Amino acid sequence: MISVNQLVAVSLVYVAFLFAIAFFAERASARGRSGWLRSPLVYTLSLSIYCTAWTFYGAVGYAARSGMEFVTIYLGPSLVMIGWWWVLRKLVRIGRAQRATSVADLISARYGKSNLLAIVVTLMAVVGVTPYIALQLQSVTLSVSIFSNPTDADVLSQSTATFWVACGLAIFTVLFGTRNLNANERHDGVVIAIAVEAVVKLIALLAVGIFVVWGIAGGIGPMLDRIDSSPIGEWSMDRSRWVALTALSAAAFLALPRMFQVMVVENEDERHLQIASWAFPLYLMLMSLFVVPIAVVGLDILPAGSNPDLFVLTVPLAEGRGGLATLSFLGGFSSATSMVIVATLALSTMVSNHIVMPIWLSTQAEGAQVSGDVRNVVILARRASILLIIFFGYLYYRLSGGGAALAAIGLISFVGVAQFLPAMLGGIFWRGATRWGALAGLVVGFTVWVFCSLLPSFGPDAVLSAAVFDHGIAGLGWLRPQALFGVEGIDPTVHAIVWSITLNMVAFLGVSLVTFPQPLERLQGAQFVNVFDHSTQARGWDAAPATSEDLMVMAQRILGPADALALFRAEAERQGVTGHLPEPTQGFLQALERELAGSVGSATAHAMISQLVGGASVSVEDLMAVADESAQILEYSNRLEAKSAELSRTARQLREANEKLTALSVQKDAFLGQISHELRTPMTSIRSFSEILRDTDELEQSEKTKYASIIHGETIRLTRLLDDLLDLSVLENGQVSLNLDTGNLNDVIGQAVLSAGGDRSTRLSVRHENAELDHPLTTDLDRLRQVFINLITNAQKYCDAPQPELHIDAMDGGDGLRVVFHDNGTPIPAESRSLIFEKFSRINDKDGSGAGLGLAICREIMARLGGDITHEPRSDGNAFIVHLPVRAAMAAQ
Amino acid sequence: MTDHNTNTTLFLERRSYRRRRVMDALRLLPIVGLLLWLFPVFWPNAKDGPDAPASVSMSGAVTYVFLVWVVLILSALVLWWVLSKHSGEASDPPEQQR
Repeated sequence: MISVNQLVAVSLVYVAFLFAIAFFAERASARGRSGWLRSPLVYTLSLSIYCTAWTFYGAVGYAARSGMEFVTIYLGPSLVMIGWWWVLRKLVRIGRAQRATSVADLISARYGKSNLLAIVVTLMAVVGVTPYIALQLQSVTLSVSIFSNPTDADVLSQSTATFWVACGLAIFTVLFGTRNLNANERHDGVVIAIAVEAVVKLIALLAVGIFVVWGIAGGIGPMLDRIDSSPIGEWSMDRSRWVALTALSAAAFLALPRMFQVMVVENEDERHLQIASWAFPLYLMLMSLFVVPIAVVGLDILPAGSNPDLFVLTVPLAEGRGGLATLSFLGGFSSATSMVIVATLALSTMVSNHIVMPIWLSTQAEGAQVSGDVRNVVILARRASILLIIFFGYLYYRLSGGGAALAAIGLISFVGVAQFLPAMLGGIFWRGATRWGALAGLVVGFTVWVFCSLLPSFGPDAVLSAAVFDHGIAGLGWLRPQALFGVEGIDPTVHAIVWSITLNMVAFLGVSLVTFPQPLERLQGAQFVNVFDHSTQARGWDAAPATSEDLMVMAQRILGPADALALFRAEAERQGVTGHLPEPTQGFLQALERELAGSVGSATAHAMISQLVGGASVSVEDLMAVADESAQILEYSNRLEAKSAELSRTARQLREANEKLTALSVQKDAFLGQISHELRTPMTSIRSFSEILRDTDELEQSEKTKYASIIHGETIRLTRLLDDLLDLSVLENGQVSLNLDTGNLNDVIGQAVLSAGGDRSTRLSVRHENAELDHPLTTDLDRLRQVFINLITNAQKYCDAPQPELHIDAMDGGDGLRVVFHDNGTPIPAESRSLIFEKFSRINDKDGSGAGLGLAICREIMARLGGDITHEPRSDGNAFIVHLPVRAAMAAQ
Repeated sequence: MTDHNTNTTLFLERRSYRRRRVMDALRLLPIVGLLLWLFPVFWPNAKDGPDAPASVSMSGAVTYVFLVWVVLILSALVLWWVLSKHSGEASDPPEQQR
């Protein structure tokens, strides 16, 4: 039998071992060799602070009393971990993006960095968790008492043992929990110590379980028989409790401050969560695997009336296994200490950031600009909070007398912290959640919890009188703590869970629906809910009044001179500013605020920056980003896109128009040049010959006649040119009026041939005896004839074949009538083809008699008539095709 | 040539498709677990009274609960393994759905 003194010695050695591990982990981390400290295994093991002494010892007692019900406490967290994708993934991402330091910080950050909310959450957490800490102290004390003989009793009385345990825990937490100010720099020493403790408690419980199953019962088969023949051998489950407790443990797993600390704050890598998604359920399963066998064997071999909560210790002791019992004690000790350390750490961060710091800041007249290092204040506040919380736990333990009332506190504490869940989940999944909604939900849920769960737990006539239990407050029957609204017959725990969470949610949703969030709240809401869409901060500071010096001074006091200087210098380098003071841009202020939030919490950091900067400005763009749901942003961006497309379209059109204008300008210049040239040539000869006629006296009549004829010819040519130009100008300006008439194509061609001088005056033989030409049409016949005459005279002029011929054919195409003028001259060279319809283009003009306007006029006429004229080179000549539209061709039919 | 191209795209799509379905399974797993663990609610209960059918034995209940547990852990392990094997080669953005 191990004496208490030996046990104390073992415990001290164990604690010294933990201190050493934590110390070396801190050293390794400080040297930057923290890779192994941050493995997924350590992360998973650190999650095991969920298993406290209440679960280590209490689970067996729970099983001995209520059978399988104990397992619900593990089923909920297992489901949450397996379903990490739904909630935890988002929670961890948000926690990291916002640099949340605690549950209170997360909730306050979500609802517009409201410190009021942070204070409410902190107070609720302290009230909810302190009794739980007392429970840990009690379990350690109780387990020590098992080892104590009556003679030892005076050596180490229960209360002094508890006192020393509390002191040891406080020292450890202060030493390793407040080394770093920045909560996001994480506590390597603490994390590694709780990971080791996780291993110890698992091994301890497994060892006892294996001893029970194979050492006492004699294998799995006999064990199962023994289970069935035991007092808890039948499935006897309160169904509502089975469901409610599973849900409750899942909720508490998410909302417990200490779980948030290890799961979110201490999380190094989001992928660790994926590994923990199967590894942590495995841990939980192993932890609960032997609970029922131990309970069954304990009930079997130990005398009736033994405390089943201590079977884990008493069963090995009864079998004379002192070593195993010591290991088991260390397991329970580990469970208790790791829980107290992390819970205290989490609570102290909340208390110092959300209660002490704001009060301290407000008592400083100069606000954030006070001189001195704020870090000392924060660390001092945090240490004081740790001591205070552990003291509260101790006090609670002493006042409650460590009786049976304490044993129920585990579940009660769970119900208390579960009240955070609606505000938390609502905040990360629903943008409509508002600050007042969250506050209302928290306060209502907390009130119901206190009335229905916490106060009744002390028993009738302790805090609440028996009259209140039976008849409700002030005799109002619907205000009975265990039968709210007169609904009776529900299990008290289930009653408390259902009513507190339901009313919490009703208040949260209802108030959220009717209140309107502030701009900052909406911005934060958008960032929380859409954390996967945009991880960047959308909110901005109006940085004008802030000077970099002020910011620097403040940052130095919170982050420390070296870190602050490094931060500012890095930013200055990034901005390309010489010196170490960067411009206080929005981006920098946001980064600085996040950095500060890691040390003092988002609400305090926000308040400090806003003291210097003069309040956050919410710009129009910010509002646009949040003002409405993404659909609106999408619509806005769609509109922008459409606008941009329209602009580029317009730009393209403008560019085209500009090119056309330039081309036209060039064309106009060329035209003017051409026209002056064309006018000048005949004018020159007219002037010269008229001067000869005027100044030369001895001219023969024949010469006079010759010169006069030349002048006459030139004036005719000039007149024709001017006529053509006028004609072209009228056609081009669209001022021409068409005289529609009905006639026959053959007649028109015949008249054209006659007008052009036919084949009598020239060598050109024109053939137009074709049946197809006998085609009625309705168009401006005079204009059409003009086109034909032009084409025939062109052929007369330019056809250079020895036997010039012109064939005129017509074809009735599907889309109109094609009249083909086919000569046997030399085909027009390819490079000139594109020019022949241009003004003043003359190809192969031997006598220079043409002005080069004929085909241009033809093209304009045909365009007016709704058709066109094209040129096709043939192997044996040229073909001009006049295309008459269907309308003109068909109208007469 | 065309055949080869078709095969390549088909293969990539299939892989990304498989990844999506693994994610679906991952999301479904806790729901399956919840249903399986809620099932004991329907078991006959010793507290139901003398007329109720014989209640489930404790050893059976323990076996059932832990069997479900093991299945869930193994499924989560396999899904994690498959996902982490695929994560390096997946080309689709990781946050396609929320």
